[in-house]
Parts: sequence; structure tokens; C-alpha cells
Amino acid sequence: MARAVVTVPAQAKRGEIIEIKTLAAHAMETGFRRTQLGELIPRDIIRRFTCTYNGVEVYRVDLHPAVAANPLIAFTTTATETGTLSFQWVGDNGYSVTEIAAIRVE
Amino acid sequence: MTARAARLFLALSAARLFVEPAAAGEVPLSERRSGYEFMSRETRAMQDDDTGNPGTLWVLDGEALWKRKAGASDRACSDCHGDARESMKAVAARYPAFDPALRRPVNLEQRINACRVGRQKAPALAYESRDLLALTAYVTRQSRGLPINITIDARTRPFLEAGREAFFRRQGQLNLACAQCHDDHWSGKLAGSPITQAHPTGYPLYRLEWQGLGSLERRLRGCLTGLRAESYPYGAPELVDLELYLMWRANGMRMETPAVRP
Repeated sequence: MARAVVTVPAQAKRGEIIEIKTLAAHAMETGFRRTQLGELIPRDIIRRFTCTYNGVEVYRVDLHPAVAANPLIAFTTTATETGTLSFQWVGDNGYSVTEIAAIRVE
Repeated sequence: MTARAARLFLALSAARLFVEPAAAGEVPLSERRSGYEFMSRETRAMQDDDTGNPGTLWVLDGEALWKRKAGASDRACSDCHGDARESMKAVAARYPAFDPALRRPVNLEQRINACRVGRQKAPALAYESRDLLALTAYVTRQSRGLPINITIDARTRPFLEAGREAFFRRQGQLNLACAQCHDDHWSGKLAGSPITQAHPTGYPLYRLEWQGLGSLERRLRGCLTGLRAESYPYGAPELVDLELYLMWRANGMRMETPAVRP
């Protein structure tokens, strides 16, 4: 199941620094491991995570094979205006998950 | 040994049994500590914060499965049991529990599968499959913060004793018993890692070493392999007896599911 969880404060004051936490269910298979029969297990990782705030990109991460399974990505941004934060994870084998969170800024 | 000495030995053994109903070497109640207390500050923080605890992913999957219709009877768990937050409260804290049909204790995974096969008319979920772990985690999550509450009666006592016997039995090529580490040396370290008291307070739990959620049976099988003993298969009566003993041994401790362990 391609599940992801985002935690965003429902409301914030204008100019306030808010913390955002995201958690995505993913095995993050490195591509370096082998089965007991010696066959290489193909790589299957999340390659990129982006966060856009009302369409403007505010945060982006490139992920690599050394990142642990079910990556937790926490970051901060400045609450500028009421609107939506959109989160997207993109990875190998067509993996793509999008989550949306609303925020009210006063 | 002379006959007189043998009689004296037997008398002393009987006296010892009389004053110590629990087996010698068990951790006293006041000194019981969850594996949580042996962890680093960072790993504790990961468990404490639901938004960063990776076990949350399984709990949410379990919640979705709880409401999803399955099997020939086309019923979801929630169709009979309603809201799990009410109906499943404190349930996991008393498992493994006696099953009258099987006339032996069953663990929560087996109970969920019995419901799936018997009531939902759906195929049983495989042990350690994502769905079974998710459902188990969701049900057990409803007992978080509540004390483990295993009651032993005449029907379950033989299984508890079998589990206790397994805990104190030397096994494998290393010729070690569980008790030698977890009762006698729990304040020490093994290969740099703290030896805990083996209280199963947080299963199914997210183990960083596993990079995923796993059941108590997975942990027990790992421990047996570590002793270089042959592991029992998932769902084996020997494992369930040991689970029953471990849960009984942790009676009164708070459930932490989904816990995080290193």
C-alpha cells in the first residue's frame, strides 16, 4: 500500500515558522542486496520528494539508496498565506504518491 | 547419595518450592523495566511521536482493513465489532488467550485469522504479511497505555508451565536458556547492545534492524536462531506457550504498541 502521512499545523500566524513532518511507507530497497541464491534484488527507492506551497516549491529532497525504509522527512517553512501544501514522492517502478494539506494563515 | 541425604534433599527442594511459587531468578516486580528504558533518547523520541513513528503507517493500514469487507460473507471486522476504539480496548492486553474450540491458548494473529476464516469466510492471512501485521497493530494500538492483563486458570496453567519450562531450558549449540540473559544479566550488554528483560510490551513493533514491523514470534525466532537452535515455525504451539509465559511475566506493565526498538 502506498501510504504517506503528513503533519501540518491547521493554522498559523503570518510569518510564523511552521514544522512539517512527512512519513512515507516504502521499502527503500538499495539495489545492492542479494537473495540467498545470489541474485541481485533490483533497486526500488523513492528518488525525489517535493513540497509546494500554493504552487511554489518550498522544499525538495533527492533520496539515495542509503536512506532507511519508511523515510521520515521533517522540515520548516514560513507560513505566508492561507492555502494548500502539496507533497509528492516519486520513485522507481512508477511509485508516485501525492498528499495535500490545508493551512489557514491569519 | 545415601537414602538419608536423598530424603533431606527432597525435603529441602519441597521447602524451596513452597516459599518461592515463582521460579527462582525471575525479575522482581519492582525492578521490571520495559525495553523502552534501555533505548537511546533518539529512539525513544521516535516511538513517542506518532507523527514520526513508522509503526503509524501499519496502524493506519490496519484501520482501513478493519473497515474493508472481505471474504464470501462480505463482511468487514467493523460490521460485527463496530468501532475498534471501543470494542477492542484492552483486548490485546489479555492475549494469548484460551480458545475453547482449540482447547489451547491462541495469540492475537491466530485469533484474527480464526475470525477471517470462520466468520468472514476469507482465506487466512500469512504470518508476518503486511495485512496481518497491520490488523494486529491496529487492534493492539487500542490497548496502548493499558496494563497487560493475563489471567491464568486451570485450563491455561499447563501451557504457561510449558512456556516457563522453555524459557529456563538450555537450547541450541550455545547451550543457553532465555533466562540466563533476560533474568540473570539484563543490566549487562551483549555485543554492545543492552540486554533487556524481554517484556513483550510493544508488539507488533517497528524494529530499526528489520526496517519494518514484526511480531513477537519473529523476535522469538530470531532469538532462537541466535542461540543456534532450530526455530519453531510461525504459529507453533511451543512459540505461543512462550508468548503466554512472557506476557504473564510482564503482567501489569503498560502496552506501548506500536513500539520502536533498535
